[in-house]
Amino acid sequence: MEEGYVTEDGRKIGGVVMEMKNITLRFGGVVAIKDISFDIRQGEIRAIIGPNGAGKSSMLNVISGFYVPQEGQVFYQGKPRPQMRPYEVARQGIARTFQNIALFEGMSVLDNVMTGRLNYMKTGLFQQAWWKGKAEQEETENREVVEKVIDFLEIQHIRKTPVARLPYGLKKRVELARALAAEPSLLLLDEPMAGMNVEEKEDMSRFILDVNDEFGTTIALIEHDMGVVMDLSDRVVVMDYGKKIGDGTPDEVRNNQDVIDAYLGVAHD
Amino acid sequence: MPEQLIFAMEVTLNGLMAGVLYALVALGFVLIYKASGIFNYAQGVMALFAAMTLVGIMNGQVPFAHLINAIFGGHITHFGWTIPSFIAILLTVAVMVLLAWLVQVLVMKHLVGQEPIILFMATIGLAYFLEGVADLMWGSEIKTLDVGIPQGINLWIDEKTYNIFGYGFFIDNLDIVATIVAALLVTGLVIFAQYTKQGRAMRAVADDHQAALSVGISLNFIWVLVWSVAGFVALVAGIMWGTKSGVQFSLSLIALKALPVLMLGGFTSIPGAIVGGLIIGVGEKLFEFAIGPMVGGATENWFAYVLALLFLVFRPQGLFGEKIIERV
Repeated sequence: MEEGYVTEDGRKIGGVVMEMKNITLRFGGVVAIKDISFDIRQGEIRAIIGPNGAGKSSMLNVISGFYVPQEGQVFYQGKPRPQMRPYEVARQGIARTFQNIALFEGMSVLDNVMTGRLNYMKTGLFQQAWWKGKAEQEETENREVVEKVIDFLEIQHIRKTPVARLPYGLKKRVELARALAAEPSLLLLDEPMAGMNVEEKEDMSRFILDVNDEFGTTIALIEHDMGVVMDLSDRVVVMDYGKKIGDGTPDEVRNNQDVIDAYLGVAHD
Repeated sequence: MPEQLIFAMEVTLNGLMAGVLYALVALGFVLIYKASGIFNYAQGVMALFAAMTLVGIMNGQVPFAHLINAIFGGHITHFGWTIPSFIAILLTVAVMVLLAWLVQVLVMKHLVGQEPIILFMATIGLAYFLEGVADLMWGSEIKTLDVGIPQGINLWIDEKTYNIFGYGFFIDNLDIVATIVAALLVTGLVIFAQYTKQGRAMRAVADDHQAALSVGISLNFIWVLVWSVAGFVALVAGIMWGTKSGVQFSLSLIALKALPVLMLGGFTSIPGAIVGGLIIGVGEKLFEFAIGPMVGGATENWFAYVLALLFLVFRPQGLFGEKIIERV
């Protein structure tokens, strides 16, 4: 179980990074997630799909600590994770993006991506203010990581632009850059392709694959565009009305009768 | 040079100095508003509280002496020591940080995500509560505050200007010190906000809470930090105003003078608070000087608020505020 598997394109997938066990999440009387279990493995691209309102975003929010499930347990790197605030989860190496882009609009692209490095800055307040020795070296190191990410995502030309002025597609990319700058051990993408045109979707898909390939980043993403997901991901969880109705490789999921019913509807006779 | 023009120059200089003091108060408002969207009505009372605490610590006053005496029937008022002003200032900073933490933990933490008007009302409550606590802790009599800042006419400027214009300008030493302190304070704040981890985190929180959480910033910590910094700015303003006009309860009313400053400068801009303060300071003094005599004087407050009103009508975001764009 712990050895992982090898994908169709020959990438080696490692052991379990994150495991969700019997997660149930309720908002008052509404059950958003009902008794769902699945795992995310080292180095894989794991998708969570489902029709609108299936509970995908809720699931991502549980992983990133924004929601606290009433039942079930989250295991991270083999250990049960105690209840944590979202910023504590982030400090454990889980970075995320948001469905409705959450960027620091007033800051430049560079400053936005730099915030991804905040947790790597260890020197004290006064050292930083005086800009001396260790603090300077630390700043340089962090800058290097950030510049690498900026290069990688091809946003050099807008480095100094205030984020508020960017078009939607680029904002999404800056958000991805900020998450990547944190060098996360798990990257969560909430509908990375939502609201994009075909060209932008292709760009984003390429970046996601490249990130996974280049940095070996484990990625969990949510998407409702089936086509995109099937091309991108190694394994897919399918949710419908808060329940898990399928889990497996894209091919397995595509041929799953429950999944077909959920997406195309069932004839009632 | 005509006499009127020389007077106008002196008035302008004095206006600039007064403006610096307005700006100091306005700065405290801007800091909290930027980082948490709260209009902190208690900023003026915080300045009062800080100044009273500073005087109390310096004089070795027993806090809550009246209360203690009333309960236990004693007659204690002072510990019998005095504390040097520098150490007293450090202790007061510690008190202001403690206050910031209490405000966050006891009040603001429970109001996260509420409407701005509710947060505003909470700070009004805080203002009155804090005023009561200040009274109970240190007593309500007017106190003099002397931390060693020179006061009175600056003879050097008096002499130099006399040599040039044949008329010596009256510039108060305290105002000069206040200007230097304000310049240092603003420089410090800008360096803090731009180049430190905590400063970056503060700007991030000001911009987007969710995004800030997702990069590992604790909102609670940042808000305590922001209230602490605002408390520190309040202390500086309290020292300056307290030295100028004595530590008394009307000190909390200087907060109201910050309102027109904020409307000019914009609620979200640190340079705006400074420039706004200077414009109000110079504007009201010059207006009083030029127009005042024609209408019987006392135009200073009138001018400040009318100018603010004009800004509200024609440029509601202020000179430096973030532009208000309605997207449809």
